[in-house]
Amino acid sequence: MTFELVCFYVFAAVAAAAALAVISVRNPVVAALSLVLTFFSMACVWLLADAEFLAVALVLVYVGAVMVLFLFVVMMLDIELVPLRETASRFLPIGVAVAAVMLVEMLMLIGVRSLKVEPIADPAATAGLSNIEWLARSLFTDYLLPFEVAALILTVGLIAAVPLTLRHRVGVKKQNPSRQVQVRREDRLRIIKMAAETKQGESP
Amino acid sequence: MTISKTLLLVIVLAPLFGAVLAGLFGRQIGRVGAHTVTIGGVALSCALSFVVLYQLVWGGAATFNENVYTWFEIGRYSAHVGFLIDKLTAMMMVVVTFVSLLVHLYTIGYMHEDDGYQRFFSYISLFTFSMLMLVMGNNFLQLFFGWEAVGLVSYLLIGFWFKRPTAIFANMKAFLVNRVGDFGFLLGIAGVLLWFGGSLDYATVFAYAQDPSNEMGARTVELIAGHPWHVATIVGICLFIGAMGKSAQVPLHIWLPDSMEGPTPISALIHAATMVTAGIFMVARMSPIFELSDTALSFILIIGATGALFTGLIGVVQNDIKRVVAYSTLSQLGYMTVALGASAYAAGVFHLMTHAFFKALLFLGAGSVIIAMHHEQDMRHMGGLRKYMPITWITMWIGSLALAGAPGFAGFFSKDAIIEAVGESHRFGSGYAYACVLIGVFVTALYTFRSLYMTFHGKERFVVDAHDAHGHGHDDAHHDDHGHHEPGHLAHAPHESPWVVTVPLMLLAIPSIVIGFLTIGPMLFGSYFDGVIFVREANDVLGELGRNFHGAGGMILHGLQTAPFWLALAGFAVATYIWLFNPSIAAWFAKTFRPLQTLLMNKYYADDVSQAVFSKGGIALGRGLWKAGDVAVIDGAIVNGSAGLVARLAGAVRRLQSGYLYHYAFAMILGLILLLGGLWWGVTRMAA
Amino acid sequence: MITLAHVLTLGAVLFCIAVAGIFINRKNVIVLLMCIELMLLAVNTNFVAFSRFLGDPAGQVFVFFILTVAAAEAAIGLAILVVLFRNRATIDVTDIDRLKG
Repeated sequence: MTFELVCFYVFAAVAAAAALAVISVRNPVVAALSLVLTFFSMACVWLLADAEFLAVALVLVYVGAVMVLFLFVVMMLDIELVPLRETASRFLPIGVAVAAVMLVEMLMLIGVRSLKVEPIADPAATAGLSNIEWLARSLFTDYLLPFEVAALILTVGLIAAVPLTLRHRVGVKKQNPSRQVQVRREDRLRIIKMAAETKQGESP
Repeated sequence: MTISKTLLLVIVLAPLFGAVLAGLFGRQIGRVGAHTVTIGGVALSCALSFVVLYQLVWGGAATFNENVYTWFEIGRYSAHVGFLIDKLTAMMMVVVTFVSLLVHLYTIGYMHEDDGYQRFFSYISLFTFSMLMLVMGNNFLQLFFGWEAVGLVSYLLIGFWFKRPTAIFANMKAFLVNRVGDFGFLLGIAGVLLWFGGSLDYATVFAYAQDPSNEMGARTVELIAGHPWHVATIVGICLFIGAMGKSAQVPLHIWLPDSMEGPTPISALIHAATMVTAGIFMVARMSPIFELSDTALSFILIIGATGALFTGLIGVVQNDIKRVVAYSTLSQLGYMTVALGASAYAAGVFHLMTHAFFKALLFLGAGSVIIAMHHEQDMRHMGGLRKYMPITWITMWIGSLALAGAPGFAGFFSKDAIIEAVGESHRFGSGYAYACVLIGVFVTALYTFRSLYMTFHGKERFVVDAHDAHGHGHDDAHHDDHGHHEPGHLAHAPHESPWVVTVPLMLLAIPSIVIGFLTIGPMLFGSYFDGVIFVREANDVLGELGRNFHGAGGMILHGLQTAPFWLALAGFAVATYIWLFNPSIAAWFAKTFRPLQTLLMNKYYADDVSQAVFSKGGIALGRGLWKAGDVAVIDGAIVNGSAGLVARLAGAVRRLQSGYLYHYAFAMILGLILLLGGLWWGVTRMAA
Repeated sequence: MITLAHVLTLGAVLFCIAVAGIFINRKNVIVLLMCIELMLLAVNTNFVAFSRFLGDPAGQVFVFFILTVAAAEAAIGLAILVVLFRNRATIDVTDIDRLKG
């Protein structure tokens, strides 16, 4: 058992335990934090699999951004926790059973297929490149169009999230600078002609 | 010498011009303007038709066959407006325009108090135009155009008094019955286009039909697999079905008696003299096609003979003066058809011509009587009219004699020729036809003189209301309720019709007497129709007759010794005895042979059968298709059914759509489990 | 030495935990979203593993895109959640059945 394998087992155990915590704890804040832990552990596993760039990206994107978003939402929304967990125990057996069946099936599949694959040396290192360069060469040549499309999807997601949560409050007084600077004299000022003040019966 | 194209165009377009002017600008040009312009147009047309006839017969002009206008061209085929002017056409043109001109004149008198005066003139001028297009055309398409156009005008004129429900019924009936015939006609034309050289021009088609190398007489087609039919028979019978509609042959004759709802001038022009003979003309024109098929000719022969006898019998029991003449027309059309069926086309066309004159005369005479009787048409309320209206009386006698076939009169020659020709024919059905036409002669004389006696002779069976008889003070009050008057009561005594009515009668009486005598030689046995009507050697019954023909005078003498003459005489004698001297016999006869009487009064139930079977059947079929096809199948099953099916299906499937996220997730995961299981199963099998 | 089977097994375990989580936490939308993220993580892990052991960069590129889409999905999903909570004052999935057929 190499050191690498020991590390793998440790990270895998932590990830699995944290994942279990995600689905079992009552408090969503704890669940979110457990998810952060899972992601972090998995990033470590990815590092062991020589996917350095993606591991770092996972930490940055998920741990840094998405999970914060989750936490932010969880904390922002005033959720009553008690009724949400009410029926959890009722579905625990079936949930566990389904998960177990799936796990067994997957493991069987893994057993059949993966044994035939011999571990090979790190392809990036073989090519004399760093993982990032190896990935980037592929990404910016063969997958350039999907890359651009992905950028577009992110932009659309960004924009879509804004109007979804946008709220127009009624009865809020606010300024409209654009209209303010366009104002003309005629809109504000009315010049009228009138006779000078005269005494009764004395007409001009 | 050739016939000028301009001349022909003027002949055709002059009546159209009059019709358009009188029809569209009737209000502006007024009554006098309307009849002046239309009569002017038709008179011009008539005069020029005589010129054309003269040029052809005496001037030695060649047959004119030219397209004047190309309507459209599709690939090889092109549709034209063109004229084929040979002696047959010229004769038809003269007959049509001459009778039409006299009817125009007559109409001035007959319709003078009608509101639709201009409209009427417009219609009959339009009719003249359509009929001329029909007879002058040089291709089937133009023939069909004319055919439909005269049908349309006939429809409009039968329903001229469109406020009368009976008139509307009659014109609808005429239109629908003609539709049946026209369908056959159209199929026939399609057959011609398909099988006879791919053209619709008469010249091309007839040349193709006569070309021995094409063997059109033997060519067959299997419309139903395993049953070869002769092409010529199919085309011939289809075309003749068209003629059956237009020329009112049994069983499509039912529209013609009802068409008497139209004004009398129309009955004379359209439903006696010209339009109904279009079928006869057409068959004669198509003789090269019909000659190819003995079957089709036998069919024509039997249909014609049936009509000739049995519709005549109905005429004997009719009391409406116009209907008697109408049934007589049916019977005479039967005679013409018999002639066609016996391959004696010339005799058919000859009878067409003589009949046009004396039948128009009879109709116009009947109209004159109707005017005198203030639109009373029932002969039971007439009688003794001869002293009130002598000109009508005499001309009606002439017409009746011509119709009954008195030796020397026009009808004698044509009818005798037909009967002799049928006697010579050996075609299947000719024995039956011969019997029918012989008995028909007796029947013709019977109903002809019956109506004559009931109208003009015997006791006066009408009453002139005394308070009106002495003066015309209340004239205006009674003009409006003509026809609503109590039957048999007249506001004032009958009187002779004005000159515009009697002059046409006299002008028609002349040809009714002499036309047969003058023309039988060249038309039937001479060379008049050479190159126009084609008869196969074996079928040439007229040629057979011609060997025994020694001039018209000889034919009269010969006629005195033959059966038709004696039969006609017997009919005359019987009619004279019964209706002039001893009317009680008629009543006794009617009582004794009640079933026969009833059968005849009900016109063999032909109307009822067609009403019950075709009209009711059509309605029932329509209703059935509507209920079963439209409402049940299309609306119910297809439109609402598909929507309903989707709704029911959705109603069932919507139970799956709980709206709960975890249900969907569960379904997905279940699917995933199954997929994984399947994958594993497949992989292990592959490995094994 | 870490083999392909090791990593794939870890992915399978994570995925099944996420599936179980969906069943257990079937009322809380936030936890459901977290479970979906877990599933995506498991799938990504498989991709990384295959990419590494088959020497093909396509797997890692794919992970890259999945990360992109997952981030967008999380953002939109949470935005919807916020709107939903604002309108219905609940994130209980059993209460959200407006699309019931």
